[in-house]
Amino acid sequence: MHLWIIPLLPLAGAAINGLLGKRFSRGLVSAIALGSTAAAFAMALWVAAQFIGLPPDQIPHIERYGTWLSAGLFSAEFGIYLDQLSLVMMLVVTGVGFLIHVYSVGYMEHEGGYYRYFSYLNLFMFFMLTLVLANNYLLMFVGWEGVGLASYLLIGFWFLKKSAADAGKKAFITNRVGDFGFLIALFLLIKHFGTLQYDSLWPLIGKYPAETAGAGLLTAIGLLMLVGATGKSAQIPLYVWLPDAMEGPTPVSALIHAATMVTAGVYMVARSHLVFNRAPDAAMAVAIIGTLTAIFAASIGIVQTDIKKVLAYSTISQLGYMFMACGVADYVGGIFHLVTHAFFKGLLFLAAGSVIHGLGGEQDMRNMGGLRKYLPYTFWCMTFATFAIAGIPPFAGFFSKDQILWAAWSGGYRVLWLIGIITAGMTSFYMFRLWFLTFFGEYRGQNPETARHGHDADAQPAGHTGAIHDAQDAHAGGGHGHGAPHESPWVMVVPLMILALLSLVGGWIGVPQALGGHNEIEHFLGPVLAADFPGVSRLAVPTSAQVAAAEAAAHREEIAELLFTGISVAVAVLGFLGAWFLYYKRPELPAKMAKAAGGLYTFVLDKYKVDELYGAVFIQPLIALSSTVFWKGIDRGLIDGAVDGSAAGAREVSDEMRHMQSGNIRSYAGWVAIGAAAVIAFMVWRGVR
Amino acid sequence: MNLINSNILTIVIFLPLAGAILLLFFPRRHRDIRYFALAVSLVTLLASLHLPWYLVRGQSGFQFEENIPWIAHPNIHYHLGIDGISMWLVILTTFLMPMCVLISWNSIGDRVKEFFILMLVLETAMIGVFVALDLFLFYFFWEATLIPMALIIGMYGHGRKIYASVKFFLYTMIASVFMLAAVIWLYARTGTFDFVDIQSKIQSGQVAGFEHAAFWLFLGFFVAFAVKVPLFPLHTWLPDAHVEAPTAGSVLLAAVLLKMGTYGLLRFNLGLFPDQSRRNAPWIIALAIIGIIYGALVAMIQPNIKRLVAYTSVSHLGFVVLGIFSFTQIGMDGAVYQMLSHGISTGALFMLLGMIYERRHTYDIGEYGGIATPMPVYATFFAFIMLSSVGLPLLNGFIGEFMVLSGAFQAKQLYGILAATGVIWSACYLLWMYQRVFYGTITNPANTSLRDLDARERVSLWPLAIAALVMGVAPMLWLHSIDPAVAATLRQFSSVVQAHAAHAPGSLLHADFVRNGVQAVLQVIGR
Repeated sequence: MHLWIIPLLPLAGAAINGLLGKRFSRGLVSAIALGSTAAAFAMALWVAAQFIGLPPDQIPHIERYGTWLSAGLFSAEFGIYLDQLSLVMMLVVTGVGFLIHVYSVGYMEHEGGYYRYFSYLNLFMFFMLTLVLANNYLLMFVGWEGVGLASYLLIGFWFLKKSAADAGKKAFITNRVGDFGFLIALFLLIKHFGTLQYDSLWPLIGKYPAETAGAGLLTAIGLLMLVGATGKSAQIPLYVWLPDAMEGPTPVSALIHAATMVTAGVYMVARSHLVFNRAPDAAMAVAIIGTLTAIFAASIGIVQTDIKKVLAYSTISQLGYMFMACGVADYVGGIFHLVTHAFFKGLLFLAAGSVIHGLGGEQDMRNMGGLRKYLPYTFWCMTFATFAIAGIPPFAGFFSKDQILWAAWSGGYRVLWLIGIITAGMTSFYMFRLWFLTFFGEYRGQNPETARHGHDADAQPAGHTGAIHDAQDAHAGGGHGHGAPHESPWVMVVPLMILALLSLVGGWIGVPQALGGHNEIEHFLGPVLAADFPGVSRLAVPTSAQVAAAEAAAHREEIAELLFTGISVAVAVLGFLGAWFLYYKRPELPAKMAKAAGGLYTFVLDKYKVDELYGAVFIQPLIALSSTVFWKGIDRGLIDGAVDGSAAGAREVSDEMRHMQSGNIRSYAGWVAIGAAAVIAFMVWRGVR
Repeated sequence: MNLINSNILTIVIFLPLAGAILLLFFPRRHRDIRYFALAVSLVTLLASLHLPWYLVRGQSGFQFEENIPWIAHPNIHYHLGIDGISMWLVILTTFLMPMCVLISWNSIGDRVKEFFILMLVLETAMIGVFVALDLFLFYFFWEATLIPMALIIGMYGHGRKIYASVKFFLYTMIASVFMLAAVIWLYARTGTFDFVDIQSKIQSGQVAGFEHAAFWLFLGFFVAFAVKVPLFPLHTWLPDAHVEAPTAGSVLLAAVLLKMGTYGLLRFNLGLFPDQSRRNAPWIIALAIIGIIYGALVAMIQPNIKRLVAYTSVSHLGFVVLGIFSFTQIGMDGAVYQMLSHGISTGALFMLLGMIYERRHTYDIGEYGGIATPMPVYATFFAFIMLSSVGLPLLNGFIGEFMVLSGAFQAKQLYGILAATGVIWSACYLLWMYQRVFYGTITNPANTSLRDLDARERVSLWPLAIAALVMGVAPMLWLHSIDPAVAATLRQFSSVVQAHAAHAPGSLLHADFVRNGVQAVLQVIGR
């Protein structure tokens, strides 16, 4: 099927715009960037159509393009592995990616470095597609590191601003910590299986017994992969980079830091489900990390006032749900939520971007309010997305989240379910808080004084240079005052509408049988993710009595599932009512409550001071150690002290040398020769003896 | 063709020297001298490309051999030959030389003729080191690199150049003496300086008293090479030499001269003393890993960019030593590959630093900030090369690093784990430095009107950038010939390696620890 064309299309776009884009008009730059992405999406759709027609024995469809590197017995190749999982990922990446490219044309209209932006964005598409389509772990790692690079470049896009450059660096380095774990996992695979090719690995891993009695190789591999995943997918303890990553342009936050890149960890865990199925402890760790992250991030999201920060913590929290799903072996649920999340969270960011764009760079929700009058389309799109993430039926997020929670309960993970359902209520609360604060009540942004307290207040004046002239996020007005809030251009609104539609209907591919649906996604992904290993059937042929018993059990289970669905909905509604009461009915209350909570409130507002903790525990000691002990102590003091001392004070020597340079070298050479003779004599003597 | 094949190494070695001699008779017109030096280096590069073209892959032993008696007493032969390892180091040298000439175009204004003569003599000596198969000849070339390099630093450097030059000279000279002693001992017992002869005599046990002396002989070679690499704690000459050296000197120092050390370890320490290599591997690996982490951490806090990059060499060369002493195919392949890719990346980094130095005459990071705005092309090249040095996949650095770490992990898991922290450190020091130099607004008025790279500078950077990319995407172009050569080297002590491998079962100590932790959590949750 020539699948290699799909990732290479955006790469070509990135290369052309990156090398020549400076001389192109903006129209040409957008045409190249959008054209290559659209072509990739179109081809992905065509491939999907072909894929549906493939007989089951030809799945996975593997294409090989040659050896990348080989040493001794180990080799890794360039190749593509297309199965249901990578197909879904490919469609999400190219589809949502294309929509966000379109949106960017409007959003970045007034920004300097236009070609640079689109070149980076296309580069991201290339690496993300490499990540999901690779047919071996090493090539996945290429995409894995590559999306980190694109993320670094795009977070730091406005690099004149120190906070943006800092955030980019932080993202890259934090991800590298995770990559360290991933690398060790790869080394373990190489050491014990001799290969990283999926199609060679699966049968080898499939032969391994489940490590229920004691942790072993696969548990170690699984835990190390989890370390990698916590970096890329912003889970505890490596989540700290994602909130800062909001320094990047908002479409980037939507594409990379919500819809696609951050889900790479989930994809990796799902891709490696054979490992986790055999390593229950590792799977448990995935579930625990995910659940804890979900509630932890949600609690921070409740008090944030920066609209993008709320969404960032919400992303971390939702990713936690996906990890929880994978950890309780409901990989389909995890991927299902990944897909719907790509729709509604991408939409939430884009709509937030539309708000920020309409307000000339304002990101603080305290300075918003009443915007539904000014940005009606954005408001409605945002409403769809909010209902979706809050878990209100029949929006997309409801179905996927509910499937995960049900999987947790029915799998016997009661505590995880409880935390999950509490988090669902918190999610609904903080999302409707955002919704009410932004779109309802009175517009609070007219007062220029409060407006200056906004997120970008410390940014330097715009218009510094020609190339990258604007350091402020969507500072469309460019210095002279910004008028009343206004709706965004069509090029931005249409992608919002498409995503809004998907946020509604996107969940209908996974309506559970209990609700009278067919759960298509379960059937589609099932062969890859639910089955343990193709050819290893876990089910014996059932007798009729067993069938009847199973049906009766299934019926009971359906009733239970309905009950839990009811609980989910109730919790979501509860969150809505709470937000309605506090931020619509009695908007003066939250401030009082915050005051009453006192230190606890500021502690949560300061994100539990985790950044400060990491700084004090890791970064500061490391710098002090390197500087005082290593460099000044060992290098300068100990080693050079010894060297200089033995050379009879090299500083004086060097002073002398200035006058009689060559003579001294010669005399030293003489000493060296004498020393050599002594050593030779010693060795000859030793040898003779 | 036979005529060329049997003389090509001599041609490649002595073309630069012939050029240097011709330069002696040149009038002191700077332009002509530069163009002539460039032409000589290009012709040498072309001639050296004959080697990969006609190398027979998979044929073990040395190729393009030349072996004629040079001096009867003592029995010294003019014996040259290459395999897949040394060939690429020769190409690395000849490939970098034209760029070094270009980079010195304007920065050397004084005593231009002498400078290019020294450079060309240095090239001859460096190539000689990689192709000599007679230990005396090798030692001759080895020492011959010292003098031009010390003079380049001492005459054309800046700041405390004399101190740096003397430190460089003495450090390496003293260390080399130990190697000379070992070489003479071997000659006294075998009657030959020939590497291949000595190797086979040692292996067949014909060298009297070898068992007693083996450790000292090993150490004699090792000290000379370890200083050159440089291996912790023998590295302190390197930052000083780099900081004060002129750009071309730094490029060759980092890209080629350091590789002479790792090449020597691989060829001579492993080739002549396999058993000693195995015995001493643990502490050598410990030093290498210390070098990886220590070099990176010290690099991170340097206030001087050039010193920072110099310390990264300590870190990167630690990977090479680790790969060599992992005694695994993949690790040693990776070590050789890392030698080449470090030559490209760090060579390019020093060239880039030279370009900014020509404009601002300082390496102090505090003097910079916001450079990306006036110099976008420069910033882009810098970012690209930086990423290749950080080890981003699809660029050259990743391949070598990955293979070395994989090999080290196979040898002993702890080695791989400790060394793999290097992927975190390298991102720390380079990204932080990049941010401080390039990002933000310009705070120093001296930087506002810096001009971006001109055509000559771009021409000297493009080949390196392309090489970094090609080496990352298509490493098989190199590995095809490196792999068999490394396999041949490994075969030399396969029995030793097998014994070694039997001692390293796949223990999973860490998993136990993790398991206990997980179980504790599970009990809390009540699964």
